[in-house]
Amino acid sequence: MASDVGTDVAERTHVQLSNAVVRFAGDSGDGMQLAGDQFTNQTAIAGNDLATLPDFPAEIRAPAGTLAGVSSFQLHFSDQDIHTPGDAPDVLVAMNPAALQKHLGALKSGGTLIINTDAFSGRNLTKAGYDEDPREDGSLTDYQLHEVDLTTLTLRALEGHIERGELNKKEAERCKNMLALGLVSWMFSRPIEETESWLESKFAKKPEVADANVAALRAGWNFGETTEAFVFTYEVKAAKLPPGRYRNITGNQALSYGLVAASVRSKLPLFCGSYPITPASDILHELAQLKRFNVNTFQAEDEIAAIGSVIGAAFGGSLAVTASSGPGIALKAEAMGLAMITELPCLIVNVQRGGPSTGLPTKTEQSDLFQVMFGRNGEAPIPIVAASSPADCFHAAIEAARIALTYRTPVVLLSDGYLANSAEPWRLPEVDDLPDLSADFGFTTEPNTPDGDFLPYLRDPETLARPWALPGTAGLEHRIGGIEKEDGSGHISYDPANHHRMAELRYERMDKIAAGLPPLEVDDPSGEADVLVVGWGSTEGPIRAACHDLRARGRNVARVHVRHLMPLPQDLPDLLRSYETVILPENNMGQLVTLLRSATLVDIKPYNRVTGQPFSATELIDVIETLGWGESA
Amino acid sequence: MTTNDSKLTKKDFTSDREVRWCPGCGDYAILATVQTLLPELGARPESTAFISGIGCSSRFPYYMDTYGFHTIHGRAPAVATGLAITRPDLDVWVVTGDGDGLSIGGNHLIHALRRNVNLKILLFNNEIYGLTKGQYSPTSPLGSVKKSTPMGSIDRPMNPVSLALGAEATFVARSIDTDRKHLSSVLEAAYNHRGAAFVEIYQNCNVFNDGAFMAIKDKDQKDHNQIRLTAGEPITFGPDGENAVVARGDGSMKIVPTEEAGDRVVIHDPNKPEPTTAFALARLSHNPTGPTPIGIFRDVDRAAYDEVSRDQVEQARVDQGEGSLEQLLGSGNVWDVVS
Ligand code: SF4
Repeated sequence: MASDVGTDVAERTHVQLSNAVVRFAGDSGDGMQLAGDQFTNQTAIAGNDLATLPDFPAEIRAPAGTLAGVSSFQLHFSDQDIHTPGDAPDVLVAMNPAALQKHLGALKSGGTLIINTDAFSGRNLTKAGYDEDPREDGSLTDYQLHEVDLTTLTLRALEGHIERGELNKKEAERCKNMLALGLVSWMFSRPIEETESWLESKFAKKPEVADANVAALRAGWNFGETTEAFVFTYEVKAAKLPPGRYRNITGNQALSYGLVAASVRSKLPLFCGSYPITPASDILHELAQLKRFNVNTFQAEDEIAAIGSVIGAAFGGSLAVTASSGPGIALKAEAMGLAMITELPCLIVNVQRGGPSTGLPTKTEQSDLFQVMFGRNGEAPIPIVAASSPADCFHAAIEAARIALTYRTPVVLLSDGYLANSAEPWRLPEVDDLPDLSADFGFTTEPNTPDGDFLPYLRDPETLARPWALPGTAGLEHRIGGIEKEDGSGHISYDPANHHRMAELRYERMDKIAAGLPPLEVDDPSGEADVLVVGWGSTEGPIRAACHDLRARGRNVARVHVRHLMPLPQDLPDLLRSYETVILPENNMGQLVTLLRSATLVDIKPYNRVTGQPFSATELIDVIETLGWGESA
Repeated sequence: MTTNDSKLTKKDFTSDREVRWCPGCGDYAILATVQTLLPELGARPESTAFISGIGCSSRFPYYMDTYGFHTIHGRAPAVATGLAITRPDLDVWVVTGDGDGLSIGGNHLIHALRRNVNLKILLFNNEIYGLTKGQYSPTSPLGSVKKSTPMGSIDRPMNPVSLALGAEATFVARSIDTDRKHLSSVLEAAYNHRGAAFVEIYQNCNVFNDGAFMAIKDKDQKDHNQIRLTAGEPITFGPDGENAVVARGDGSMKIVPTEEAGDRVVIHDPNKPEPTTAFALARLSHNPTGPTPIGIFRDVDRAAYDEVSRDQVEQARVDQGEGSLEQLLGSGNVWDVVS
C-alpha cells in the first residue's frame, strides 16, 4: 500500500495509493465471501484493475470459531494493470481470534488490522489456539490496530429492527459483515449505493432482511466517519485500462459464457451433462440459468453418466460438455477413451483442485496435467487447452470447442480452483470478433465414396477429422463403438497392422492440430533476455507480475505462456533451446517440466509448490532470480 | 437409401455384418424378431439408434442397419439418455445384459428408469457372463457353481422386473427369446410407450448356461410354468387353466388351484397407477425354475424426462426471449473506460 501523496481533509489524512490489498477473514458463517464480493464490485466500479482470491474451507459449516472454519477473501486493486490477488495484505479484517491466528502472519508489518473485539472471548481464544489474549500480550504492536466491537455496533444499529420484531438478535448479529464492509468502504472512499441496491435485489423477497443489512452497512460507514480512531482514509485512482466496456468476471462464469459463445458461434445447441463437484459445480449452475440460449443441462447420477450423456449428445450433433474436477475426471477416464476412439467432438472441463483422492476440494492446484494427458488405457491422445486467467476461461473455452469441432475429438479444458473463484475486470469482446466456429465443420449428409457407400472413418486429409454424420440422416446409417476399427470403414478390426496404423493416425491428428496453432508469443521487451520463464494455466498472473518487477530492477527476463499442452506448439522446442536458462514454476511436483524435458531435452529448472494456494509474485521474483542468476535480491 | 414411401422389410434393418454369436445362442432369435418387427411398426432405419454396453448382447447394434453405438461396460443408458434428450426425432433403443445392466451399470439403469427417459431398454438375461466365459452373474440362482464360484454362489440373485418396478419404471415387461409372437407383442407395446420401457428377455446362453430357462421354454414344461399376463384377464395358467394367482391378505401373491380361487383370482391390470400389485406378481418367481409370469407387468403414463427437459428450454426462450450473447456478456455491473 505504497502511499503517494498525503492531503489533509479536516483532521484526517487522505492518502493516495497506487494499489492496496485487503483481506476479510472470519468464520465460514460470517459472510466473508459476500463482503469480499461486494467490495470487489465497488472496486470495479471505481475503475481499478483488480484480482481476487477467495479461500474457504471444504466443510460447509466447520465448527464455529475454529481455525478449520476460517474463510477469507482477498482483493488486490490498483491504478495499474495487475495480475495477482496480491501477496501480503495492507488491511486485514479479522472477525474472530481464529481468523486473526490464521491470517496475521500474512499482514504487512505496519499494516492496518481491524479486529472484531466482541469475538475475543475466552472460549474463542482457546478454540483459536491462543493461550493468551493477543490484544494484551504485545503481539499486535507492529500493526495499526483497530479494536472495533463490530457485533455490539451491529446490534445497536439494528435495535429498532429487533424491537419491531423484524428479525431476532441472532439474525441481526449476522449483519456484522455488512458493518465491516461499510467501514472498509469508508476507509477506501468507496460509495456504497451499489451494494445497497444489490442487497435490496438479493433480499427482494425479505425486505426486512435487506433493510437490516443496509442499516448495518451504513452504520459501518458512519462509524468510520465519526469515530476518531481512524486517522487515515485512502484512495486508489482508476486504472488506465484499455478503452472499452468492462465487467468483473470469475473463471467459472467466464468459462460458462465461453461455452455459450462457442454454441452461438458454432450454431450448435449446447448440452451440459455434469455431476456436482467442487470447484466445478458453478458451471452447471450457470448453464442451467442460460436455457434461453438453447442450452440443455442434465444433472447426471454420477460422473460416468455425465460424460456418457455428453457422448450421446455429441453423437446426436450437440456441442456437448461435462465439467468436473480431478476425482470426477478419474471416473470419466474410460468414457474419455470411448469419446477419443469414436472421435466425437466434446469438451471435458477439469477445474483442478488439490489432490490426490479427495485431496483439498476448495484449494487450487495444477496437478491433474498428467491425469488428463495419460490417465486412460491404451494410446489415447486427447488435446488439452489450459486457461490462464479468470477472464481467459472465456476464450479458452471457445478455443477448446474450435479444436473439438474442427478435428472431431474430445478436448480437455483445464482450469483450477483459483481461476474458478477469482474475479478480474474483463474487457468485453465484440461478439462479431469471436471466431466463427460454424465454418470449422459441417455435418456429413451424403455418402463419401464414389460407389455411394458411407465410410464413417474416411478422414479429411487436411485435418484427419472423420465425418460427423448424425442419426436421422437417411443412407448414412452406421455403427461406432469402443472396439478397434478398420481405417476408413470403421468396421471392427483385430488386424495387427491396422491397429498400429490407427494409433499412428490418432497421433497424426494431434500433429495437424499443432500445425494449425498460431506462433507462440514471447514476452521479452528487451529482446536480450537469456532467462526464459515458461508457465501454463493460472500461474500466468504471478509470473507476469514477477517478470515485470524483475525488469524494473534491470533483469532481462523473457516469458512464454503455454496454452496448448496437447499437442504442444511446434515452435516450443526451438524456443526453449534458444535460452541459456529456462525456468518453469507450476503448482504441482513437476509435471509440465517432465513433459517438456522429454520433448525438448532442455534441462529446464523447475519450481514446484503444492500448498493449495497460488504463487505470489514476491515468491516468484525470488525463485526466478535464484534459478536465473544464482542470487536473490 | 430408404425413403418414406417405400415399404420397408426386415432386409432394410439388417446390416451387412456377419453375425458372430455362438451358433444356437438365443440372441439370434431376438435379433430376427426385432429386425422383422421394426418395419412392421413403421420404424425408419435412419431414425433408429441402438445403443449397447459390453457383453454378448451388446454386439446387437452391429447387426442392425440403423444408427448404432457399442459403448462401454454398463454405460449404455447414460449415452442413450444424452441422445434421447437432444434428439426427440429418434427411436432410441438400449440393448444390455444381466451383467452389463444390473451389475456394472446398475446405477445408470435405475436412474434412466426413474427419470422415465424415452428409451426402449432390452435386457437380455442369460443368468451368466458369456463374453468373459462363464462367471456367475447378478441373476444367477443362489448356489450357482461357475468358474468363479466353485463352491456355489452365495449372493441372492436380483430379479430384474422387481428392480425396474422398484425404480418406478412406467413400462415393465418380460418375455422369452424364442417366443417370437409373445416377444413381438411385448416389444410393440414397448415401442408405443412414451418414456422408459424396460423389457427383460430370458435368453439362453447355450455355451455357458444352457437350459437355464427350460422350465418355461421346454414344450412339456412351459404350459405348466408360464403365467401369461394379459390385461383385463384373470391370471390363471396351466394346460387347462387349472392354476390361479390370488392375493394374500398382506398383498403378496400365491398360486392356488383355480377351482378354489373363485372370484379371488387376480384380474391383471398393468395400468394401475400403484406398482404394488405388479411388484407382488414379480415376486412369484426369482429364477424361472417354476411358475413364472411373463408379459407386461406395468404400463402407465408419466411425463418423460427428456420431454420435460426440452420443454424447460422452450419455456425459458418464451419467458426470457431468445438469448443474446451481447446482452449476456454485458450483464451485471459494467463500466466504460474511455481513452
Ligand atoms: S457365450 Fe452364450 S450368450 Fe454369448 S454368444 Fe455364446 S451362447 Fe450367446
